[in-house]
Amino acid sequence: MLTAGQYRALLEGAQVTLQVTALAVVWGTLVAVAFGVASLSPVAPLRWAVRVYVEVFRGVSAIILIFWVYYALPLIGVDLTALQAGVLALGLNLSAYGTEIVRGAVQAVPRGQSEAAIAINLSGRDRLWSVVLPQAVITMLPPYGSLLIEVMKASALVSLISLSDIVREAQNMRQLRAADSVDIFTAVLVLYFAISLGITGIVRLLERRFARGIDLSRMGGTAK
Amino acid sequence: MSGLTPAPVVAQGSPPSTWDWEFAGDILPDLLEGLWVTVKLTVLGISLALALGLVLALLRRSRLRVVRWPVGLFIDFIRGTPLLVQLFFLYFVLPDWGIVLSGFEAGVIGLGIHYACYTSETYRAGIESVPRGQWEAATAIHLSGRHTWTSVVLPQAIPTVLPPLGNYVVASFKDAPLAATVTVLGVLGTAQRIQGQTFRGLEPFTLAGLLFLVVSVPASLGVRYLERRYGFKRD
Amino acid sequence: MASSETDVPVATADTSGAPVADPIVRMEAVTKRFGDHVVLDCLDLAVRRSEKVVIIGPSGSGKTTILRVLMTLERPEQGAVWIDGRPLYHEVRDGRLVAAREKHVRDVRRAVSMVFQHFNLFPHKTVRQNVTLGPRKALGLGRDEADQRARELLERVGLADKIDQYPVSLSGGQKQRVAIARALAMQPKVMLFDEVTSALDPELVGEVLAVLRDLAQHTEMTMLLVTHEMRFAEEIADRVVMFDAGRVVEEHPPAEMFSAPREERTRAFLRAVLPR
Repeated sequence: MLTAGQYRALLEGAQVTLQVTALAVVWGTLVAVAFGVASLSPVAPLRWAVRVYVEVFRGVSAIILIFWVYYALPLIGVDLTALQAGVLALGLNLSAYGTEIVRGAVQAVPRGQSEAAIAINLSGRDRLWSVVLPQAVITMLPPYGSLLIEVMKASALVSLISLSDIVREAQNMRQLRAADSVDIFTAVLVLYFAISLGITGIVRLLERRFARGIDLSRMGGTAK
Repeated sequence: MSGLTPAPVVAQGSPPSTWDWEFAGDILPDLLEGLWVTVKLTVLGISLALALGLVLALLRRSRLRVVRWPVGLFIDFIRGTPLLVQLFFLYFVLPDWGIVLSGFEAGVIGLGIHYACYTSETYRAGIESVPRGQWEAATAIHLSGRHTWTSVVLPQAIPTVLPPLGNYVVASFKDAPLAATVTVLGVLGTAQRIQGQTFRGLEPFTLAGLLFLVVSVPASLGVRYLERRYGFKRD
Repeated sequence: MASSETDVPVATADTSGAPVADPIVRMEAVTKRFGDHVVLDCLDLAVRRSEKVVIIGPSGSGKTTILRVLMTLERPEQGAVWIDGRPLYHEVRDGRLVAAREKHVRDVRRAVSMVFQHFNLFPHKTVRQNVTLGPRKALGLGRDEADQRARELLERVGLADKIDQYPVSLSGGQKQRVAIARALAMQPKVMLFDEVTSALDPELVGEVLAVLRDLAQHTEMTMLLVTHEMRFAEEIADRVVMFDAGRVVEEHPPAEMFSAPREERTRAFLRAVLPR
């Protein structure tokens, strides 16, 4: 199998993988929630703007986006480090898909809920935060969990812009000892698989926490 | 190893350039050729995925646990790991075992296997969405196993699976450019090659992105139409 | 804030001829359309303070829409609504009557609350949280004050022991009683009840009617009810309004309405719904 040094290198790469994924998830989710809610706004231009954003950043694949951010932007004066570029591109991609998930989930909350909130004179903002969004989260979690795994997998692409994630560490190792390729890639696949299981586990926990009091059978089951 | 090492970036601090229309015009034909390669790769890959996915779905439904479990594990494993690594495995590791694939072949097979694991779940959901009673009715009128499938189950399962499958067709197109990392000169690989030769990345990658959108957005709209036409069942 | 609201006419008459001075709810020429379908047709309605008004009529007649317009769940295309003397959908700015901003609508709306046919309790919140949410967020009450109010109201509707349970573990009748407590917690001047027993199993209807009866007989609350419970209407209503096809058909005190309705449409409707 692999040497201790090689395992350590892969784990260091895993740290970078998780870092990139986490950062992309944080800012991508903030945008997804904001845009998801905005896409239901009565202001038509706002809805259209979100629609265009979603179509563009869903339509472009993550790898093209990463290359464009890293190689094309510098030529118009925007210089980003590999980490920044990776996080930006992955976040853009995530936010586009995430917006649709948030939108669907918010729409799925029964209309009677916001009507009841109006009946107790809650402001629009309170209606959203105290009544609608908490219920939307349950519907959102399964597809969003799948999306998180996709982002984690897509983070492997940052190896192509020289970020030292799992894949880049693996490639470096292979340059040194090509004979170890099978072992290295097997270890890489297992490592990614373990991370994806971890993410699925966390999402399941979140589902259970948010599902208190809600009839899950009404909302459809858990991820994957 | 041309697909692996990224071309050098323009040095930090060099003055920003503006869009060069002439250059863009020059490279467009090459990029269009690259786009065509990407489309071909996608079509072949997704065809493999659609066929293999059905096989996997049927295997998953086997009554034998010794068949179900390994297949299930395989599917979860492929879905839980990056396509990029799977492509590398096919292109760089298989030769050690005597199987040498071209970049294009690795791309098609990698894409096919990866998406087969997604389509298999869709097929399963579609088959399971056909009510129990249909199977029982088919038995009651003595339909053979084959006829049960072709005349009763599949015709009812197909409308359910069309929208998600359409989604995967579009998704596989978006993943096809990954083949650039194993030397395939699709739209992305061509853009990389141009950047490597001319040190200008703005036009190649921007055009590559736009060309990409030109194919993927109508395809997405097509899937949206399918969803509306055949109803949308949550996966 | 400008002190001059639009002048409300000193007296309006309801269709039975009795003058209504200083109405707490006033609707004037209110029209609401859904596509081509006119649901409220130039409606005039005035409700006295502390009056208990029951609205009856066939399904699709628009009676629920009356309540929904008062609760700002539907906006009328034409006409005006006043709550407690203040215009709901309009405000006076620089001496002119213009469409109201959201802040103004919310401010006037505070006097109204509503109980729904399908309860609409917040499933992700406990009974306590359901009842205290409005007072804390919209009325600015502190936690203890809101809690105190919740306990008293739940006591009154007979559900004090369920205070920390989630709605999912309550029966329909219990849910509706919590919904009533939730609405009462806002201390509204006008309470709207939209067929609040129609979705309940028959054996659970009584407990909810008991709460409504208590409110009707022991409080000064103005109540507008849309209901099919005719016997109950007869018991607690000051006025019964027969509504059909977007218009008021007739309105009388209950005794008169149920024994000697004047319009054929009313008679036909009562024949169909009253067991006799």
